[in-house]
This record gives sequence, C-alpha cells and structure tokens, in this order.
Amino acid sequence: MSTATISGREVRVDEEGFMVDPTEWSETLAADLANRVDIAELTPAHWTVIRFLRADFDQMGETATLRRVSTSTGIGTKELFDLFPKKPAKKMAFVAGLPKPKGCV
Amino acid sequence: MTTDTITREIPAFAREPETTRKLCIICSKGTLDMTYPGLVLANSALGEGVEVDMFFTFWGLDIVTKRRMGKLKTTPVGNTAMHMPQLLGVIPGMASLASTMMRKQIAGLGIPDVPEFLDTVVAAGARLWACKMSYDMMKLEEGDLYGGVLGVISAADFIEMSEGAQIIFV
Repeated sequence: MSTATISGREVRVDEEGFMVDPTEWSETLAADLANRVDIAELTPAHWTVIRFLRADFDQMGETATLRRVSTSTGIGTKELFDLFPKKPAKKMAFVAGLPKPKGCV
Repeated sequence: MTTDTITREIPAFAREPETTRKLCIICSKGTLDMTYPGLVLANSALGEGVEVDMFFTFWGLDIVTKRRMGKLKTTPVGNTAMHMPQLLGVIPGMASLASTMMRKQIAGLGIPDVPEFLDTVVAAGARLWACKMSYDMMKLEEGDLYGGVLGVISAADFIEMSEGAQIIFV
C-alpha cells in the first residue's frame, strides 16, 4: 500500500492505484482522478454514474458491476463505454474512489 | 510507504498497451450451460478493453438464432457433472426442470438472459459471426439470425480474422 497525491491531498492507494479508503475521497478529487484515466471532463452523465456508485457502495458494501450500474442508472452499456472508454468498470470505480468491482457481469 | 508526487501519474490498468489485445471465442454448443462461458468471457474481455470476435458454429448457432435463443435448454442426460442418476435424467420433463432451475440460478446472480446478454456484448463492441457451413446445414436464412450478427462467414474467413488473436473454443 502506498499513498498518492491527488489534488494536493495525500490519499492511500493499493498496488493498482485504487483508493483503499472511500472516506478519503471527495468530489473535488474526482476531476484529478478522471484526468489520470484520460477523461478530460466530467459531464453530468459521468456524475450520475459516480454518485450512483458511491451510494450503492454504502448500501451494498461492494462496488457495483457494469451491468448493475447500467440497469440502475438507465445509462446503456454503449454509453458507459463512451463515458469511460476501454475499461469502464475499472475507470468508474477509480474515479469514484472505490475498489475495482469483483463481480463477473 | 512511498509517496507518489507526480500528480498526473496514470494507474497501471489505464496505461495504453502497445497493441490492442484480441480475443476470438468460438461457440460450438447450444445448451444453456455452455452458452454462458462464451458470453461471460466476451463480456469480461470487452470490459478490459480487449477486442472480441465471437464465431457461432454448429449448435452454437442456436445462441444467435432468433427462434431458439430464448429457449436454450440443458439436460442431466449424459452430463455426469450434474450429479444426478442418469436414469432420472431421461424422465420426461427433466430437461425443462433442469433448464428452469439453471435460469433461476443465473438470474439470481444478476446475470442477464441470452438475448439481453447478446445485446450487452454487442453494445460493448463485440463482433458476432455465424458459421457458413452450419448456417447452410441448418438451412437458415438471414432473417433467422439475431440482428447483432455481422455476417455469415467461412472457416477460412475466421482463420484470417483471428490472426494474432487468442482463441477460446467452447
């Protein structure tokens, strides 16, 4: 485990760079995290996903899979791939300061 | 603890690979249980930025045949992995029961049914192909196939398209 400096704040991250303590995240960190995974700007659609992920994590104790995000927010798979290209599930978890999802679908 | 002071460091998972990884999945089975390995692997690969082509051949064509894709079945007969006495498996209705039970278990895990799963992998960028030989053998027509299938191709076409790709045979 190590720390990373995000938006001037030190936060704890695991070997893959994911934040280990969801409470260290704040919405101001999200923009910096998004830049690191090549997302230039967080649109309202990005925020819908991020806020859903955070709320769902609080409720379920684990990060939602891509399918859960899609069925719960109504944002389709294709659009999720457009918002978070190539590795959507990992990127959205990363930006939301959550562990990468463990589920299969 | 080490401190990363580079504010723009890209995490390992998000670094662009030199070449995009390619995966070709051959789906040759049409039973409910054998449909999911291909679809789940395709979905996971797509979610990791891997390019995916799926080739449906022989019984696998049922997965992308409109009138069959929602009714795929499984049977304990001949499948000792289902831990059931074989004689019980041939009782009329057993295949339907086994299939219904399997569907429930799959749905209970939040995994979509076959038609929806196909929609998902196509939306995620999978390219679907039907095998010409099987298509001809089963006397299918264009309208019989699920809309997401890009074309009916030959084995030679598949061999060309899978150059450089990792291949999974189901």
